[in-house]
Amino acid sequence: MTATAMHPTERLLHHGPGGPADPGLAGHLDRHGPLTVPARRDAAWSEALLAEVAASGLTGRGGGGFPAAAKWEAVGRSGRRPVVVVNAMEGEPASAKDRALLAWSPHLVLDGAELVAALAGARSVVVCVADDRDASAPAVRVAVAERTAAGSAREVTVRRPPARYVTGEESALVHWLERGDARPVLRVDKSVPLRLGRRPVLVHNAETLAQVALVARHGAAWFRGTGTVGAPGSTLVTVSGAVATPGVVEVALGTPVEELVRRCAPTGPPAAYLVGGYGGAWLSVDQGATPLEPAALARAGAALGVGIVVALGADSCGIAETARIARWMAGESAGQCGPCVYGLPALADDLELLAGGRADPGAIGRIDERARSVVGRGACRHPDGVARMVRSALAVFAGDAAAHAAGRPCPHRQAPSVLPFPAAPALAGVAS
Amino acid sequence: MSTRTAVALRVRVDPVACEAYGYCAELLPERVTLDEWGYPVVDRAPVGADLVELATRAAAECPRRAFLLEEAGRTS
Repeated sequence: MTATAMHPTERLLHHGPGGPADPGLAGHLDRHGPLTVPARRDAAWSEALLAEVAASGLTGRGGGGFPAAAKWEAVGRSGRRPVVVVNAMEGEPASAKDRALLAWSPHLVLDGAELVAALAGARSVVVCVADDRDASAPAVRVAVAERTAAGSAREVTVRRPPARYVTGEESALVHWLERGDARPVLRVDKSVPLRLGRRPVLVHNAETLAQVALVARHGAAWFRGTGTVGAPGSTLVTVSGAVATPGVVEVALGTPVEELVRRCAPTGPPAAYLVGGYGGAWLSVDQGATPLEPAALARAGAALGVGIVVALGADSCGIAETARIARWMAGESAGQCGPCVYGLPALADDLELLAGGRADPGAIGRIDERARSVVGRGACRHPDGVARMVRSALAVFAGDAAAHAAGRPCPHRQAPSVLPFPAAPALAGVAS
Repeated sequence: MSTRTAVALRVRVDPVACEAYGYCAELLPERVTLDEWGYPVVDRAPVGADLVELATRAAAECPRRAFLLEEAGRTS
Protein backbone atom coordinates (compact mmCIF):
# COMPACT_ATOMS: atom_id res chain seq x y z
CA MET A 1 0.00 0.00 0.00
CA THR A 2 1.30 3.46 -0.82
CA ALA A 3 1.22 6.56 1.30
CA THR A 4 -1.63 7.99 -0.71
CA ALA A 5 -3.86 4.95 -0.34
CA MET A 6 -5.05 6.15 3.05
CA HIS A 7 -5.90 9.57 4.27
CA PRO A 8 -2.92 10.35 6.50
CA THR A 9 -5.12 11.05 9.47
CA GLU A 10 -7.07 7.80 9.16
CA ARG A 11 -4.31 5.32 9.63
CA LEU A 12 -5.48 3.89 12.94
CA LEU A 13 -9.15 4.75 13.08
CA HIS A 14 -11.37 4.70 10.03
CA HIS A 15 -14.49 6.78 9.95
CA GLY A 16 -16.94 5.17 7.57
CA PRO A 17 -20.40 6.50 6.79
CA GLY A 18 -21.80 4.80 9.90
CA GLY A 19 -18.97 6.00 12.13
CA PRO A 20 -16.13 3.87 13.39
CA ALA A 21 -16.73 0.27 14.35
CA ASP A 22 -14.66 -2.87 14.92
CA PRO A 23 -14.68 -4.66 11.55
CA GLY A 24 -13.74 -8.04 13.07
CA LEU A 25 -10.65 -10.02 12.06
CA ALA A 26 -11.69 -10.56 8.43
CA GLY A 27 -12.60 -6.89 8.01
CA HIS A 28 -9.39 -5.86 9.72
CA LEU A 29 -7.25 -7.93 7.34
CA ASP A 30 -9.26 -6.63 4.43
CA ARG A 31 -8.66 -3.05 5.52
CA HIS A 32 -5.00 -3.25 6.52
CA GLY A 33 -3.76 -6.22 4.53
CA PRO A 34 -2.34 -9.52 5.73
CA LEU A 35 0.41 -9.71 8.30
CA THR A 36 3.09 -12.36 8.49
CA VAL A 37 4.36 -13.20 11.94
CA PRO A 38 6.84 -16.08 12.08
CA ALA A 39 5.70 -18.91 14.37
CA ARG A 40 9.15 -19.53 15.76
CA ARG A 41 12.12 -17.30 16.31
CA ASP A 42 13.50 -15.91 13.07
CA ALA A 43 16.59 -13.78 13.57
CA ALA A 44 16.61 -12.24 10.09
CA TRP A 45 12.94 -11.31 10.30
CA SER A 46 13.40 -9.82 13.77
CA GLU A 47 16.39 -7.79 12.69
CA ALA A 48 14.52 -6.45 9.67
CA LEU A 49 11.50 -5.40 11.75
CA LEU A 50 13.72 -3.82 14.39
CA ALA A 51 15.53 -1.84 11.70
CA GLU A 52 12.26 -0.75 10.09
CA VAL A 53 10.72 0.46 13.36
CA ALA A 54 13.96 2.22 14.33
CA ALA A 55 14.04 3.91 10.90
CA SER A 56 10.40 4.96 11.24
CA GLY A 57 11.24 7.10 14.28
CA LEU A 58 8.19 5.78 16.11
CA THR A 59 8.14 6.90 19.74
CA GLY A 60 5.99 5.56 22.56
CA ARG A 61 2.48 6.99 22.58
CA GLY A 62 1.87 6.39 26.27
CA GLY A 63 3.41 9.61 27.54
CA GLY A 64 7.10 8.84 27.86
CA GLY A 65 7.90 9.33 24.18
CA PHE A 66 10.75 6.82 24.34
CA PRO A 67 11.84 5.36 20.94
CA ALA A 68 9.91 2.09 20.62
CA ALA A 69 12.79 0.08 19.16
CA ALA A 70 15.21 1.09 21.95
CA LYS A 71 13.15 -0.82 24.52
CA TRP A 72 13.56 -4.03 22.53
CA GLU A 73 17.31 -3.71 22.41
CA ALA A 74 17.51 -3.41 26.22
CA VAL A 75 15.37 -6.53 26.68
CA GLY A 76 17.24 -8.39 23.94
CA ARG A 77 20.46 -8.01 25.89
CA SER A 78 19.01 -9.80 28.94
CA GLY A 79 18.96 -13.21 27.23
CA ARG A 80 15.66 -14.50 28.68
CA ARG A 81 12.28 -14.86 27.05
CA PRO A 82 10.41 -11.65 27.87
CA VAL A 83 6.73 -11.03 28.52
CA VAL A 84 4.96 -8.40 26.40
CA VAL A 85 2.57 -6.16 28.33
CA VAL A 86 0.04 -4.05 26.46
CA ASN A 87 -0.59 -0.94 28.53
CA ALA A 88 -4.17 0.15 27.84
CA MET A 89 -4.71 1.51 31.36
CA GLU A 90 -5.30 5.04 30.15
CA GLY A 91 -5.50 6.54 33.62
CA GLU A 92 -5.61 10.08 32.24
CA PRO A 93 -9.24 11.14 32.77
CA ALA A 94 -9.19 13.34 29.65
CA SER A 95 -7.93 10.55 27.39
CA ALA A 96 -10.14 8.13 25.48
CA LYS A 97 -7.78 7.11 22.67
CA ASP A 98 -6.83 3.66 23.93
CA ARG A 99 -10.48 2.87 24.60
CA ALA A 100 -11.29 4.02 21.07
CA LEU A 101 -8.54 1.83 19.62
CA LEU A 102 -9.67 -1.25 21.52
CA ALA A 103 -13.27 -0.63 20.51
CA TRP A 104 -12.62 0.10 16.85
CA SER A 105 -9.27 -1.49 15.95
CA PRO A 106 -8.46 -4.14 18.57
CA HIS A 107 -6.74 -6.31 15.97
CA LEU A 108 -4.27 -3.57 15.10
CA VAL A 109 -3.19 -3.45 18.76
CA LEU A 110 -2.99 -7.25 18.96
CA ASP A 111 -1.04 -7.37 15.66
CA GLY A 112 1.52 -5.04 17.22
CA ALA A 113 1.69 -7.13 20.38
CA GLU A 114 2.22 -10.31 18.34
CA LEU A 115 4.92 -8.65 16.27
CA VAL A 116 6.81 -7.45 19.33
CA ALA A 117 6.36 -10.85 21.00
CA ALA A 118 7.75 -12.64 17.93
CA LEU A 119 10.60 -10.17 17.63
CA ALA A 120 11.59 -10.46 21.27
CA GLY A 121 10.96 -14.21 21.57
CA ALA A 122 8.06 -13.77 23.99
CA ARG A 123 5.48 -16.57 24.26
CA SER A 124 2.93 -14.63 26.23
CA VAL A 125 1.20 -11.29 25.93
CA VAL A 126 -0.69 -9.64 28.78
CA VAL A 127 -3.22 -6.94 27.90
CA CYS A 128 -3.89 -4.63 30.85
CA VAL A 129 -7.27 -2.91 30.81
CA ALA A 130 -8.40 -0.98 33.91
CA ASP A 131 -11.08 -2.65 36.01
CA ASP A 132 -13.60 0.11 35.26
CA ARG A 133 -13.43 -0.32 31.47
CA ASP A 134 -16.39 -2.60 31.01
CA ALA A 135 -16.45 -2.32 27.23
CA SER A 136 -12.74 -2.60 26.40
CA ALA A 137 -11.99 -5.91 28.12
CA PRO A 138 -14.75 -7.90 26.34
CA ALA A 139 -13.74 -6.31 23.02
CA VAL A 140 -10.18 -7.56 23.51
CA ARG A 141 -11.36 -11.03 24.56
CA VAL A 142 -13.57 -11.32 21.48
CA ALA A 143 -10.67 -10.26 19.24
CA VAL A 144 -8.29 -12.73 20.93
CA ALA A 145 -10.82 -15.56 20.47
CA GLU A 146 -11.13 -14.69 16.77
CA ARG A 147 -7.36 -14.86 16.36
CA THR A 148 -7.06 -18.14 18.26
CA ALA A 149 -9.77 -19.62 16.04
CA ALA A 150 -7.80 -18.40 13.02
CA GLY A 151 -4.70 -20.26 14.19
CA SER A 152 -2.71 -17.83 16.32
CA ALA A 153 -0.73 -19.80 18.90
CA ARG A 154 0.35 -16.84 21.01
CA GLU A 155 -0.99 -16.90 24.55
CA VAL A 156 -2.81 -13.60 25.12
CA THR A 157 -4.45 -12.90 28.48
CA VAL A 158 -6.44 -9.90 29.65
CA ARG A 159 -5.78 -8.57 33.15
CA ARG A 160 -7.80 -5.91 34.99
CA PRO A 161 -5.61 -3.74 37.23
CA PRO A 162 -7.27 -1.13 39.46
CA ALA A 163 -8.34 2.06 37.70
CA ARG A 164 -6.03 4.60 39.27
CA TYR A 165 -3.98 7.34 37.64
CA VAL A 166 -0.61 5.89 38.67
CA THR A 167 -1.44 2.27 37.83
CA GLY A 168 -0.56 2.93 34.20
CA GLU A 169 2.99 3.98 35.14
CA GLU A 170 4.92 0.99 33.89
CA SER A 171 6.72 0.05 37.10
CA ALA A 172 3.38 0.22 38.96
CA LEU A 173 1.74 -1.95 36.31
CA VAL A 174 4.42 -4.61 36.48
CA HIS A 175 4.41 -4.39 40.30
CA TRP A 176 0.68 -5.13 40.25
CA LEU A 177 1.09 -8.04 37.83
CA GLU A 178 3.84 -9.45 40.06
CA ARG A 179 2.45 -8.81 43.54
CA GLY A 180 -0.98 -7.24 43.27
CA ASP A 181 0.43 -3.89 44.45
CA ALA A 182 -0.27 -1.14 41.90
CA ARG A 183 2.26 1.34 43.29
CA PRO A 184 5.32 2.56 41.36
CA VAL A 185 8.74 1.19 42.24
CA LEU A 186 11.93 3.25 42.44
CA ARG A 187 14.05 2.51 39.37
CA VAL A 188 17.56 3.78 39.77
CA ASP A 189 18.66 2.73 36.29
CA LYS A 190 15.89 2.84 33.69
CA SER A 191 17.96 1.03 31.09
CA VAL A 192 17.51 -2.12 33.21
CA PRO A 193 14.24 -3.75 32.12
CA LEU A 194 11.41 -4.37 34.57
CA ARG A 195 10.86 -8.03 35.45
CA LEU A 196 8.02 -10.43 36.05
CA GLY A 197 9.60 -13.20 38.05
CA ARG A 198 12.87 -13.70 36.17
CA ARG A 199 11.52 -12.59 32.81
CA PRO A 200 12.18 -9.10 31.48
CA VAL A 201 9.04 -7.20 30.57
CA LEU A 202 8.34 -5.10 27.51
CA VAL A 203 5.58 -2.62 28.32
CA HIS A 204 4.07 -0.77 25.38
CA ASN A 205 1.12 1.56 25.14
CA ALA A 206 -1.74 0.18 23.03
CA GLU A 207 -1.42 2.92 20.40
CA THR A 208 2.33 2.35 20.07
CA LEU A 209 1.66 -1.29 19.21
CA ALA A 210 -1.01 -0.34 16.66
CA GLN A 211 1.60 1.93 15.03
CA VAL A 212 4.12 -0.96 15.01
CA ALA A 213 1.52 -3.04 13.15
CA LEU A 214 1.30 -0.33 10.49
CA VAL A 215 5.07 0.08 10.17
CA ALA A 216 5.46 -3.71 9.77
CA ARG A 217 2.97 -3.65 6.89
CA HIS A 218 3.83 -0.42 5.13
CA GLY A 219 7.41 0.39 6.14
CA ALA A 220 9.31 3.27 7.67
CA ALA A 221 9.12 5.52 4.59
CA TRP A 222 5.32 5.24 4.56
CA PHE A 223 5.19 5.98 8.29
CA ARG A 224 7.27 9.11 7.72
CA GLY A 225 4.88 10.22 4.97
CA THR A 226 3.02 12.27 7.57
CA GLY A 227 4.09 14.20 10.64
CA THR A 228 7.36 16.14 10.79
CA VAL A 229 10.97 15.12 10.22
CA GLY A 230 11.68 15.22 13.95
CA ALA A 231 8.34 13.74 14.96
CA PRO A 232 7.12 11.46 12.18
CA GLY A 233 3.77 9.74 11.90
CA SER A 234 0.26 10.29 13.10
CA THR A 235 -1.06 10.22 16.64
CA LEU A 236 -4.37 9.93 18.41
CA VAL A 237 -5.51 12.95 20.40
CA THR A 238 -8.52 13.22 22.66
CA VAL A 239 -10.05 16.69 22.38
CA SER A 240 -12.54 17.89 24.98
CA GLY A 241 -13.56 20.92 27.01
CA ALA A 242 -15.35 23.88 25.40
CA VAL A 243 -16.03 22.09 22.11
CA ALA A 244 -19.31 20.91 20.59
CA THR A 245 -17.95 17.61 19.27
CA PRO A 246 -15.41 16.21 21.74
CA GLY A 247 -13.73 12.97 20.81
CA VAL A 248 -10.68 11.12 19.59
CA VAL A 249 -9.08 12.46 16.43
CA GLU A 250 -6.09 11.17 14.52
CA VAL A 251 -3.73 13.87 13.29
CA ALA A 252 -0.25 14.25 11.88
CA LEU A 253 2.28 15.03 14.58
CA GLY A 254 3.04 18.73 14.27
CA THR A 255 -0.59 19.78 13.80
CA PRO A 256 -1.12 23.11 15.60
CA VAL A 257 -2.97 22.78 18.90
CA GLU A 258 -5.60 25.36 17.88
CA GLU A 259 -6.24 23.48 14.64
CA LEU A 260 -7.15 20.37 16.64
CA VAL A 261 -9.65 22.36 18.64
CA ARG A 262 -11.08 23.97 15.51
CA ARG A 263 -11.84 20.50 14.13
CA CYS A 264 -13.95 19.77 17.18
CA ALA A 265 -16.17 22.84 16.88
CA PRO A 266 -15.24 25.15 19.77
CA THR A 267 -18.27 26.61 21.52
CA GLY A 268 -16.57 30.02 21.67
CA PRO A 269 -13.11 31.55 21.37
CA PRO A 270 -10.84 29.41 23.57
CA ALA A 271 -9.12 31.16 26.50
CA ALA A 272 -6.38 28.54 26.95
CA TYR A 273 -5.51 24.93 26.17
CA LEU A 274 -4.52 22.10 28.49
CA VAL A 275 -2.12 19.87 26.56
CA GLY A 276 -0.81 16.44 27.55
CA GLY A 277 -3.24 15.70 30.35
CA TYR A 278 -3.36 16.44 34.07
CA GLY A 279 0.41 16.15 34.26
CA GLY A 280 0.83 18.21 31.09
CA ALA A 281 0.76 21.98 30.78
CA TRP A 282 -1.48 24.92 29.98
CA LEU A 283 -0.84 26.88 26.81
CA SER A 284 -2.16 30.41 26.39
CA VAL A 285 -4.38 31.23 23.44
CA ASP A 286 -1.36 33.08 21.98
CA GLN A 287 0.52 29.78 22.02
CA GLY A 288 -2.28 28.04 20.10
CA ALA A 289 -0.18 27.73 16.95
CA THR A 290 2.32 25.51 18.79
CA PRO A 291 2.74 22.30 16.78
CA LEU A 292 1.68 19.18 18.63
CA GLU A 293 5.07 17.48 18.67
CA PRO A 294 7.59 16.96 21.49
CA ALA A 295 10.29 19.53 20.63
CA ALA A 296 7.95 22.46 19.98
CA LEU A 297 5.86 21.65 23.04
CA ALA A 298 8.99 21.46 25.17
CA ARG A 299 10.00 24.93 23.95
CA ALA A 300 6.55 26.15 25.04
CA GLY A 301 7.06 24.62 28.49
CA ALA A 302 4.65 21.78 27.72
CA ALA A 303 4.95 18.12 26.76
CA LEU A 304 3.13 15.83 24.37
CA GLY A 305 2.36 13.39 27.17
CA VAL A 306 -0.60 11.31 26.22
CA GLY A 307 -2.34 12.98 23.28
CA ILE A 308 -4.79 15.26 25.07
CA VAL A 309 -6.04 18.76 24.32
CA VAL A 310 -8.69 20.37 26.53
CA ALA A 311 -10.04 23.74 25.39
CA LEU A 312 -10.83 26.17 28.17
CA GLY A 313 -13.63 28.61 27.37
CA ALA A 314 -13.74 32.27 28.37
CA ASP A 315 -16.41 31.49 30.98
CA SER A 316 -14.09 29.20 32.98
CA CYS A 317 -11.49 30.12 35.60
CA GLY A 318 -8.11 28.64 34.77
CA ILE A 319 -6.95 28.87 38.37
CA ALA A 320 -10.08 27.11 39.65
CA GLU A 321 -9.65 24.37 37.03
CA THR A 322 -5.99 24.04 37.98
CA ALA A 323 -6.98 23.74 41.65
CA ARG A 324 -9.42 20.95 40.76
CA ILE A 325 -6.76 19.07 38.81
CA ALA A 326 -4.19 19.50 41.59
CA ARG A 327 -6.68 18.24 44.20
CA TRP A 328 -7.63 15.23 42.10
CA MET A 329 -4.00 14.41 41.29
CA ALA A 330 -3.11 14.71 44.99
CA GLY A 331 -5.75 12.07 45.68
CA GLU A 332 -4.31 9.85 42.96
CA SER A 333 -0.85 9.77 44.54
CA ALA A 334 0.20 6.25 45.43
CA GLY A 335 0.97 7.66 48.88
CA GLN A 336 4.52 6.42 49.05
CA CYS A 337 6.81 9.42 48.73
CA GLY A 338 6.79 12.37 51.14
CA PRO A 339 7.17 15.18 48.57
CA CYS A 340 4.10 13.85 46.70
CA VAL A 341 2.05 13.01 49.82
CA TYR A 342 2.55 16.45 51.40
CA GLY A 343 3.47 18.62 48.44
CA LEU A 344 0.49 17.99 46.16
CA PRO A 345 -2.25 18.65 48.77
CA ALA A 346 -0.38 21.81 49.83
CA LEU A 347 -0.42 22.99 46.20
CA ALA A 348 -4.14 22.22 45.92
CA ASP A 349 -4.89 24.06 49.21
CA ASP A 350 -3.20 27.26 48.04
CA LEU A 351 -4.73 27.07 44.56
CA GLU A 352 -8.23 26.70 46.03
CA LEU A 353 -7.69 29.69 48.31
CA LEU A 354 -6.30 31.64 45.37
CA ALA A 355 -9.28 30.92 43.14
CA GLY A 356 -11.57 32.03 45.94
CA GLY A 357 -9.73 35.32 46.48
CA ARG A 358 -8.84 34.20 50.01
CA ALA A 359 -5.12 33.52 49.61
CA ASP A 360 -2.47 35.47 51.48
CA PRO A 361 -0.07 37.68 49.46
CA GLY A 362 2.65 35.02 49.54
CA ALA A 363 0.52 32.33 47.93
CA ILE A 364 1.73 32.62 44.33
CA GLY A 365 5.38 32.55 45.32
CA ARG A 366 4.73 29.62 47.66
CA ILE A 367 2.89 27.64 44.98
CA ASP A 368 5.73 28.18 42.52
CA GLU A 369 8.40 27.26 45.05
CA ARG A 370 6.60 24.13 46.24
CA ALA A 371 5.93 23.02 42.68
CA ARG A 372 9.63 23.36 41.90
CA SER A 373 10.62 21.53 45.08
CA VAL A 374 8.73 18.28 44.39
CA VAL A 375 10.24 17.71 40.94
CA GLY A 376 12.38 14.59 40.67
CA ARG A 377 11.75 13.57 44.28
CA GLY A 378 9.23 10.78 43.83
CA ALA A 379 9.71 7.17 42.75
CA CYS A 380 7.68 8.04 39.65
CA ARG A 381 6.99 11.26 37.76
CA HIS A 382 3.53 11.90 39.22
CA PRO A 383 4.63 14.95 41.24
CA ASP A 384 6.72 16.23 38.32
CA GLY A 385 3.67 16.29 36.06
CA VAL A 386 1.52 18.12 38.60
CA ALA A 387 4.32 20.62 39.18
CA ARG A 388 4.61 21.37 35.47
CA MET A 389 0.86 21.77 35.08
CA VAL A 390 0.64 24.08 38.11
CA ARG A 391 3.61 26.22 37.11
CA SER A 392 2.24 26.58 33.58
CA ALA A 393 -1.04 27.79 35.08
CA LEU A 394 0.78 30.51 37.04
CA ALA A 395 2.35 31.68 33.76
CA VAL A 396 -0.69 31.38 31.46
CA PHE A 397 -3.19 32.73 34.00
CA ALA A 398 -0.74 35.21 35.56
CA GLY A 399 -3.17 38.12 35.34
CA ASP A 400 -6.00 36.15 36.94
CA ALA A 401 -3.68 34.79 39.62
CA ALA A 402 -2.52 38.30 40.54
CA ALA A 403 -6.10 39.58 40.70
CA HIS A 404 -7.20 36.65 42.88
CA ALA A 405 -4.15 37.13 45.12
CA ALA A 406 -5.20 40.76 45.56
CA GLY A 407 -8.49 39.51 46.97
CA ARG A 408 -10.62 39.54 43.84
CA PRO A 409 -12.09 36.05 43.47
CA CYS A 410 -12.83 34.78 40.01
CA PRO A 411 -16.41 35.42 38.92
CA HIS A 412 -16.23 32.08 37.07
CA ARG A 413 -14.81 30.03 39.95
CA GLN A 414 -18.18 28.36 40.58
CA ALA A 415 -18.67 27.60 36.88
CA PRO A 416 -18.94 23.88 36.26
CA SER A 417 -15.62 22.32 35.39
CA VAL A 418 -14.97 21.47 31.74
CA LEU A 419 -12.61 18.73 32.92
CA PRO A 420 -13.58 15.10 33.39
CA PHE A 421 -12.95 13.62 36.85
CA PRO A 422 -13.80 9.98 37.42
CA ALA A 423 -14.64 8.87 40.94
CA ALA A 424 -11.48 7.22 42.17
CA PRO A 425 -12.15 3.81 43.70
CA ALA A 426 -10.15 2.85 46.78
CA LEU A 427 -7.10 0.72 46.15
CA ALA A 428 -6.59 -2.10 48.65
CA GLY A 429 -3.50 -1.57 50.76
CA VAL A 430 -2.89 1.95 49.53
CA ALA A 431 -3.70 5.12 51.43
CA SER A 432 -5.83 7.36 49.27
CA MET B 1 46.97 4.78 44.39
CA SER B 2 44.08 2.35 44.73
CA THR B 3 41.33 2.26 42.11
CA ARG B 4 38.68 2.85 44.79
CA THR B 5 39.50 6.51 45.15
CA ALA B 6 38.99 7.03 41.41
CA VAL B 7 35.25 6.22 41.61
CA ALA B 8 33.14 9.33 42.11
CA LEU B 9 30.21 8.92 44.49
CA ARG B 10 26.86 10.64 44.72
CA VAL B 11 24.05 10.48 47.24
CA ARG B 12 20.47 9.46 46.49
CA VAL B 13 17.32 9.09 48.54
CA ASP B 14 14.93 6.20 48.04
CA PRO B 15 11.74 8.26 48.40
CA VAL B 16 9.56 5.17 48.95
CA ALA B 17 11.63 4.02 51.91
CA CYS B 18 12.30 7.48 53.37
CA GLU B 19 10.23 8.43 56.42
CA ALA B 20 11.83 11.81 57.12
CA TYR B 21 13.98 10.85 60.12
CA GLY B 22 16.35 13.56 58.93
CA TYR B 23 19.60 12.00 60.15
CA CYS B 24 21.13 12.42 56.69
CA ALA B 25 20.76 16.19 56.84
CA GLU B 26 22.39 16.30 60.25
CA LEU B 27 25.28 14.11 59.23
CA LEU B 28 25.85 15.47 55.75
CA PRO B 29 24.54 19.05 55.55
CA GLU B 30 27.01 19.63 52.70
CA ARG B 31 24.74 17.56 50.43
CA VAL B 32 21.37 17.36 52.19
CA THR B 33 18.79 19.91 53.28
CA LEU B 34 15.28 19.18 54.52
CA ASP B 35 12.09 20.47 52.92
CA GLU B 36 9.28 22.02 54.95
CA TRP B 37 7.92 18.55 55.75
CA GLY B 38 11.28 17.17 56.83
CA TYR B 39 12.05 15.16 53.70
CA PRO B 40 15.57 15.35 52.32
CA VAL B 41 16.52 17.37 49.24
CA VAL B 42 19.87 16.12 48.02
CA ASP B 43 22.60 17.76 46.02
CA ARG B 44 23.76 15.25 43.42
CA ALA B 45 27.18 16.83 43.07
CA PRO B 46 29.96 14.24 43.44
CA VAL B 47 30.90 13.46 47.01
CA GLY B 48 34.58 14.35 47.31
CA ALA B 49 37.13 12.40 49.30
CA ASP B 50 36.66 14.84 52.19
CA LEU B 51 32.99 13.84 52.56
CA VAL B 52 33.08 10.12 51.82
CA GLU B 53 33.35 9.11 55.45
CA LEU B 54 30.41 11.29 56.52
CA ALA B 55 28.31 10.17 53.55
CA THR B 56 29.02 6.53 54.33
CA ARG B 57 28.00 7.11 57.93
CA ALA B 58 24.79 8.89 56.86
CA ALA B 59 23.88 5.91 54.69
CA ALA B 60 24.62 3.47 57.50
CA GLU B 61 22.68 5.41 60.14
CA CYS B 62 19.46 5.91 58.15
CA PRO B 63 16.84 3.89 60.08
CA ARG B 64 15.01 3.19 56.82
CA ARG B 65 18.13 2.44 54.76
CA ALA B 66 16.76 5.10 52.41
CA PHE B 67 19.93 7.14 52.09
CA LEU B 68 22.08 5.68 49.37
CA LEU B 69 25.62 6.26 48.26
CA GLU B 70 26.13 5.25 44.64
CA GLU B 71 28.72 5.46 41.93
CA ALA B 72 28.36 8.54 39.76
CA GLY B 73 27.66 7.97 36.08
CA ARG B 74 24.60 5.77 36.56
CA THR B 75 21.51 7.15 34.90
CA SER B 76 19.05 9.00 37.03
